[in-house]
Amino acid sequence: MTPQTHFMILAPIVPAREAELRQLLTAMNDAPGRVNPDNALIPFARFDTLHYARLLILDDKTIEDVRIHGVPVRTYPLYLAFLGDIDGAEDTFLDELARRVPDGLCAIFACCEGFTSETDLLPWMNRHRSPAIANYVNTRGRTVRQVHEEAALKDAIEAYLTSHALAFEGLLPAEIHTRLRRFVDAETSTGRLTLSGEDATPVGWWIANTLHLIGAPFLVLLASPLLVVVAPFYLLRLRQMEKSDPAPPVPVDPAYSEALAFAEDRDFTNQYSALGSLKPGLVRLLTTIVVLGTVDYAVRHLVRPGRLGRVRTIHFARWVFVGGTRRLAFFSNYDGSAESYMDDFINKAGFGLNVFSSNGVGYPRTNWLVLDGCADELRFKAYQRRHTLPTQVWYKAYPGLTAVDLERNTRIRRGLESATLSDQEARAWLALL
Amino acid sequence: MARPAMNEVDYAGPDYSDVQGLLRFGYGRLIKASYALLRVKNAAAARAWLRTAPVSNAMMMDPPPSTALQVAFTAPGLRALGLPEPVIAGFSLAFRAGMAQESHARQLGDVESNAPEYWQWGGPASEVHLVVMFFAHPDTFDAFVQGITGDTWGAAFSEVHWLKTENLDGIEPFGFADGISQPQLDWEQQRHPSHSEFDYSNVVALGEFLLGYRNEYGLFTDRPLLDPDAASADLLPALDAPEKKDLGRNGTYLVMRQLEQDVRTFWQFVHQQADGNAADAQKLAAAMVGRTRAGDPLVPVQQQLIPGTGTAPERIRQNQFTFDQDPAGARCPFGAHVRRANPRNADFPERPANLLKKLLTMLGFGPQGFRDDLMSSVRFHRILRRGREYGCELKPEDALAPAPPDDPKRGLHFICLNANISRQFEFVQNAWMASTKFSGLTGENDPLLGNRQAIPGCPVTSDFTVQRDGALRHRVTGLPQFVTVRGGAYFFLPSLRALRYIAGADDV
Repeated sequence: MTPQTHFMILAPIVPAREAELRQLLTAMNDAPGRVNPDNALIPFARFDTLHYARLLILDDKTIEDVRIHGVPVRTYPLYLAFLGDIDGAEDTFLDELARRVPDGLCAIFACCEGFTSETDLLPWMNRHRSPAIANYVNTRGRTVRQVHEEAALKDAIEAYLTSHALAFEGLLPAEIHTRLRRFVDAETSTGRLTLSGEDATPVGWWIANTLHLIGAPFLVLLASPLLVVVAPFYLLRLRQMEKSDPAPPVPVDPAYSEALAFAEDRDFTNQYSALGSLKPGLVRLLTTIVVLGTVDYAVRHLVRPGRLGRVRTIHFARWVFVGGTRRLAFFSNYDGSAESYMDDFINKAGFGLNVFSSNGVGYPRTNWLVLDGCADELRFKAYQRRHTLPTQVWYKAYPGLTAVDLERNTRIRRGLESATLSDQEARAWLALL
Repeated sequence: MARPAMNEVDYAGPDYSDVQGLLRFGYGRLIKASYALLRVKNAAAARAWLRTAPVSNAMMMDPPPSTALQVAFTAPGLRALGLPEPVIAGFSLAFRAGMAQESHARQLGDVESNAPEYWQWGGPASEVHLVVMFFAHPDTFDAFVQGITGDTWGAAFSEVHWLKTENLDGIEPFGFADGISQPQLDWEQQRHPSHSEFDYSNVVALGEFLLGYRNEYGLFTDRPLLDPDAASADLLPALDAPEKKDLGRNGTYLVMRQLEQDVRTFWQFVHQQADGNAADAQKLAAAMVGRTRAGDPLVPVQQQLIPGTGTAPERIRQNQFTFDQDPAGARCPFGAHVRRANPRNADFPERPANLLKKLLTMLGFGPQGFRDDLMSSVRFHRILRRGREYGCELKPEDALAPAPPDDPKRGLHFICLNANISRQFEFVQNAWMASTKFSGLTGENDPLLGNRQAIPGCPVTSDFTVQRDGALRHRVTGLPQFVTVRGGAYFFLPSLRALRYIAGADDV
């Protein structure tokens, strides 16, 4: 099994070169919201382990919101973020990136602080890596290669069924399964279709993952006597804050929202980038870290493939602190329009959304951390829209395929791998076609 | 815990005299109707006309009225009439942006031949300010229109377009009974939706269709709330903010789209697919629609009552069903028009047996089947339809003949009412009708409305799949585009008090 990992390079932009950087980024696109996968700077399509990538300028328009808590507004440099989701190790990928497209990367990073013509690219990138506090992968182990192979498998089966429609009339599900198995075997043996097996799970990754699986609960267990003592005070304080934190409604600037929308809905999948400030104080910071640590643990070890709670439309997601621990960014790749994404969150995963977002300045008031909050639909939608950032460049390795499409294609392949299916299994499998 | 009582301001039932009639009635008996799409030529004259216009309210009348008049405004229209910008800013983003705005058009599937630039009205070259809707009996219609338009009309407005309608006795141009399923508005506000509704209900919170009332979330949809002054004195207070005057209360948004239907292509395609077998053609057409031409559903009705469906035998026969009995889509295809438009689901994929099961489902450990839990809960995405057909009738059997050179255009002036355009109309159109990925499908959009346009990585969107239980699905390919959008706009349908406020703008 090849695990998926994630990289993010975060670097302050030289103010005088912001305009130049924006031009460079724009030039990577064919049209608004539509990257040229073979663009001259970073020809993403040439990296066959890259699922998603994006470049964006973290231009936080909500930085002054913290004033409602009576704390001074901090100033931050304008950051460039370059992030992506990949198969295999992060080191290997960054190394490959620096080796294969050094010129494009240098042209982009030259607009960032501390990057000169003398700078050694890979060490500089490594110094600017910004690890996520939590990551979500829709289906661990599903590689870009697997996605493409399974999509081709589905297309081949569809084409075969179309050209042999009559031959399949009146057949029982199990018979159809057998025939299609035979067809796919023939296709793979002649090399017209490829269905690669899983690579071995990297030992290092397996050890780290197992340690994480056991270690995190172990640490919690160790700390539990302390936690039990602290918990009532903590909860009381949190409840107090929850009741008194200001949450004034702030409308969305229509022009800002339209500008975001201009780059959305170009593919069936959309990118989402958001940035906001945490509420001041240690309690909120700790809550954020603990909650996101829990999220990270749960999505790594517990959740079912393809499902983040009840949400089945998210390919990858991550939470990252940006420039210290007072601002948190969220990045995701999801299927459907922004409106339906938010509806899904509110109606299907509201509790989860509340539990981490309620630490953000201006988030609609929650009740015991999980209730209310985003259930204040319009307030929440305005809140998240204000915090959404325009993403200048966004790449997806498999346009037109949703997370549910990928799941279907994998299920089709799994079904074909079984020599025989029970009648019930064969029916369920047939319904995928 | 009981939800907060309406103690802010005493709520004594809906004030039908303040609501435009279209919210409550389709005016089906007034079989002749025309919609005047207008621009404001002279704001003072327009306001003067609006002040005297006998706009119909939603009071039940005995005998029923012989005429009805309704008025609704676009955002540019409100601006042209002199409504201050801060007031307009209180309306929803979608309303202010308008249907023809690029990103909205793209989401709605209004691209290529459907794009606003080609529209007969409502596009960038033919922006509309307001619509005046006339309903009457045929014999009194002309006199009614003449009487209403009168002298100030010409001074006040320039006419962009008159949309004529045709009475086809409840049959839409393709030949199917239409308007069968409508949400039941909870006028008396008896329904108190809980956080998780486990059963499909046809009764929908008043606030989903009327601004100023609680919606399915138990909340009030954003709308302009004004400081009390002389101009706003007549407006009702906001139920959730009694110190404010509620310009939205008893009003709603009206979505209008002119959908041209290519009836000949539809029936010719279906017949060709059925190799000329008339019965098979009817069957395929019914599968595409999700109902028979008479309006009967393709899935059996259930014994259990669905709130808001009604008790008349015809209502039960046509509407007392959900798709729970058809999980494989073998009776009514997943992609059928009515199944896309209203999936008739609830908040959970299935009723959890206990709290633990509910929790497990919420955490993603519920049903793990491929199609389980793919859809949003329908109660947040209902629309109230009030459309009327246009163009002369063409019977399906006559549609097989080639079109004469002067074949008149026909279709539907689609109208729907909703309090939240983006969550209701736009969501239904985007995520359910236009989507090629609805319900785990791929490569097909709505069999009737779909634009068949390729999307990146998805070159084919012109399929239609008929699922079969225990057999290979039947896939129909190469569906032509049957419906072309010819115009459209988002309007605000004000209450009568709000109308007086708008008509008085700048004159106080």
